[in-house]
Amino acid sequence: MQLDEFFVTGEPLIYAGMVSIVLVTAAIIFVLTYFKRWGWLWREWLTTVDHKKIGIMYILSALAMLFRGGMDALMMRVQLAFPGMDFLGSQHYNEIFTTHGTVMIIFMAMPFLIGLMNVIVPLQIGARDVAFPALNALSFWSFLFGAMLFNISFVIGGSPDAGWTSYTPLAGAAMSPGPGQNFYLMGLQLSGIGTLATGINFMVTIIKMRAPGMKMFQMPIFTWSTLVTAFIIVFAFPILTVALALMTIDRVFGSQFFTLTGEGLPMMWANLFWMWGHPEVYIVILPAFGIFSEVIATFARKQLFGYKAMVWSMILIAGLSFLVWVHHFFTMGAGAFVNSVFSVSTMLIAVPTGVKIFNWLATLYKSKIQFTVANLWALAFIPSFVIGGVTGVMLGMAAADYQFHNSYFLVAHFHYVLIAGTVFACFAGLVYWYPKMFGHKLNEKLGKISFWFFLIGFHVCFFPQYFVGLDGMPRRVFTIIPEWMPLNVISTVGAFGMGLGFAIFVYNIYYSYRYSEREKSGDSWDGRTLEWATPTPVPFYNFATVPHVNSHDAFIEMKETGETTFDEEKVEPIHMPSNTGQPIIMMGIAFIASFGIVFEWMWMAIAGLIGVIVMMGVRSFDYDDGFHVEVDEIKRTERKARRL
Amino acid sequence: MSSHELKSGPLEYRIQQGQMNILGFWIFLGAEIVLFSTLFATYAVLFGRTDEAPLPSELFEPGSVLIMTFLLLTSSFTCGIAIHEMRRGSKKGLITWMIVTLALGLGFIGLEIEEFIHYAHEGATLQSSAYWSSFFVLAGTHGLHVTLGIGWAILLLIQIAKRGLTPVTSRKFFIISLYWHFLDVVWIFLFTSIYLIGMVV
Ligand code: HEM
Ligand SMILES: [Cu+2]
Repeated sequence: MQLDEFFVTGEPLIYAGMVSIVLVTAAIIFVLTYFKRWGWLWREWLTTVDHKKIGIMYILSALAMLFRGGMDALMMRVQLAFPGMDFLGSQHYNEIFTTHGTVMIIFMAMPFLIGLMNVIVPLQIGARDVAFPALNALSFWSFLFGAMLFNISFVIGGSPDAGWTSYTPLAGAAMSPGPGQNFYLMGLQLSGIGTLATGINFMVTIIKMRAPGMKMFQMPIFTWSTLVTAFIIVFAFPILTVALALMTIDRVFGSQFFTLTGEGLPMMWANLFWMWGHPEVYIVILPAFGIFSEVIATFARKQLFGYKAMVWSMILIAGLSFLVWVHHFFTMGAGAFVNSVFSVSTMLIAVPTGVKIFNWLATLYKSKIQFTVANLWALAFIPSFVIGGVTGVMLGMAAADYQFHNSYFLVAHFHYVLIAGTVFACFAGLVYWYPKMFGHKLNEKLGKISFWFFLIGFHVCFFPQYFVGLDGMPRRVFTIIPEWMPLNVISTVGAFGMGLGFAIFVYNIYYSYRYSEREKSGDSWDGRTLEWATPTPVPFYNFATVPHVNSHDAFIEMKETGETTFDEEKVEPIHMPSNTGQPIIMMGIAFIASFGIVFEWMWMAIAGLIGVIVMMGVRSFDYDDGFHVEVDEIKRTERKARRL
Repeated sequence: MSSHELKSGPLEYRIQQGQMNILGFWIFLGAEIVLFSTLFATYAVLFGRTDEAPLPSELFEPGSVLIMTFLLLTSSFTCGIAIHEMRRGSKKGLITWMIVTLALGLGFIGLEIEEFIHYAHEGATLQSSAYWSSFFVLAGTHGLHVTLGIGWAILLLIQIAKRGLTPVTSRKFFIISLYWHFLDVVWIFLFTSIYLIGMVV
């Protein structure tokens, strides 16, 4: 292979990308070396097993991915603003909508939510860490290396261009030769390992590590949403693992699962993909529902209305999510009977979703609403998501879908649910729990400015797309006809509004780091659940003494009875896991193995796989059982954190 | 996380981490069931799509598959005895029976490889048709699991020899025994839905 086949050439935009990658990398290396921070980075972050730090790393990476996916989006919107634009060619456009979709769902939305879960769930249930701390670190590194592998494709080897759904035969070896599609397959596969491990980890954590007394139906609602999500992950991700593996074997080793030769069945990919893919959309929406419930209850200053109904509707949604996958290809000839069955099951999902909407409204009804930034995101979510949901039901009518399918109407629908649902929730959750993570709030004024830019930009961007879709504009086209221009111009303007909102959001992080008042108590918003019972910054062992829980909204009760999480009499030595470099090393080697498969360099793939197996052996022989934090140290840390 | 040790009950459940690891592994097996179910479903969908390649009924022979089944079922039984010995506190019994288990497992893998080579000689390979792709991937995934299990068990045997029976080592053995029984159950499904059905249809 020649060097100019290895690197992507001939595109000014990509040369700019290469230059910026080199510059940023050089700058990071320089700063770390100049300030002698390498050792610190390794000890404090790269080898950490602390769920709070892992959560922060997830969130930072997800923000970076939101930036990358957002740049893709803006480039697409520029290309589509006017007919006959020559900003991106057709091939480049295909690559960009593919990476945009994949990055946003796999490397932004899911990791962002998993990051919030990591920080908050152990705190909410009164645990000192997750069940398997080292596995948790492994999950993070698997996600990060998977994301890196996927992202380097645009400078090395070329990006995938068959859509984030990668339908065969288009994505097969015959029609998509070269490494691009392999990057998609291996990037998702590598990060998928970590997602599955996260699912198992959180299930065990929530089932086994709750504070004494906390019954299942006393768990905070965000923890419930995490548990339900973990279930979906464990049952959906193996399907994706298999689907990706089969396509990889097809492409690299010439098997015939999805080919048009050898009696393979391209349609089987669509089925496998959506049997994972539809549950996946609930993996990213249920935690969002959990976050909104927490935020709304806190800022309505009321107990969440219909707690049990909220939980049961999540469970019901999770179950139904596995039964509706065919609605993604009603038009591909499954027949009227099959379509009808899946049409009805799709609409059933709207019922528990509706229950949840009414419960949020009932929580707000006759309450003293505080319009903080976190709550604004939650309040804006409700009407926006309803628009997305109603159009979803319209799409779910099989007969009508023949009109809507693969048009901009669909594009508008899924952005209404994904952005108003998931992205708003990520922002709401980040703003809400920010003081717990970093010891200061985000500036409210900047937060509000960023919120309004983003919210208005969002509606301006996506609402017109419903109409241009009904007007016949298909998705995944790189150029438009003059009739579609006015609505597309509006849409592009809205997209830049959102971009501005995001930029202000990021600036706010810097601004608040510099100027925000430091938190004195751990209870920044007068919260209801246990995470607010810890001091800020949270000591690495979380709870000096674990409280006994008797009710839902455990912290409200503690405040009434004057209990704290630092009962000097009851402090005992705490057992904690040691840091370890094994997870990052193992996933680094897995990255190399995957890179070998992407380029079909078998020597590299095999060497890498052997390396991974050796690392598993090393792990098996590691009997490091962690260490104990002594009573003295706990007392000293707590007194300092609580300013006693 | 507490490191308190219980005084009674099976060794592997005595520390909380042990209980959590075992629960976590059960959940992992749930994910493995989904993984194999997906492969079985793929196999069922592609059944009969042999293109120009030979039909399964032309290639499958009862003989060696029955021996393979016998080896694996027996190994599940000896693995059970190994755990029984572990519960009795006999390190030697555990090691001996585990070695028997692994020997049977190795026999199984040897025969499976021989089968695959034989099919390839007759013109049925991973590449020859959709049906054979799904056959080799489904049976091969199971075989790969057995191979990994053997390697894993060898590592555990070394640890047991060095450290003896502790809550940690016995938990590890208990977990691999779950894994081994699981692979046995999967094989029963493989045996019936691939070989028995393939031979008659
Ligand atoms: C009441 C709830 C919902 C209903 C009834 C619904 C219905 C549908 C239907 C029928 C389609 C396929 C349309 C077509 O291809 O013509 C679709 C697509 C899609 N939906 Fe939803 N949906 C709902 C909620 C959600 C949620 C909560 C999310 C994500 C958080 C989501 C994300 C998506 C995505 C990403 C697509 C596009 C898939 C593609 O690329 O083809 N939906 N929805
Ligand atoms: Cu769906």
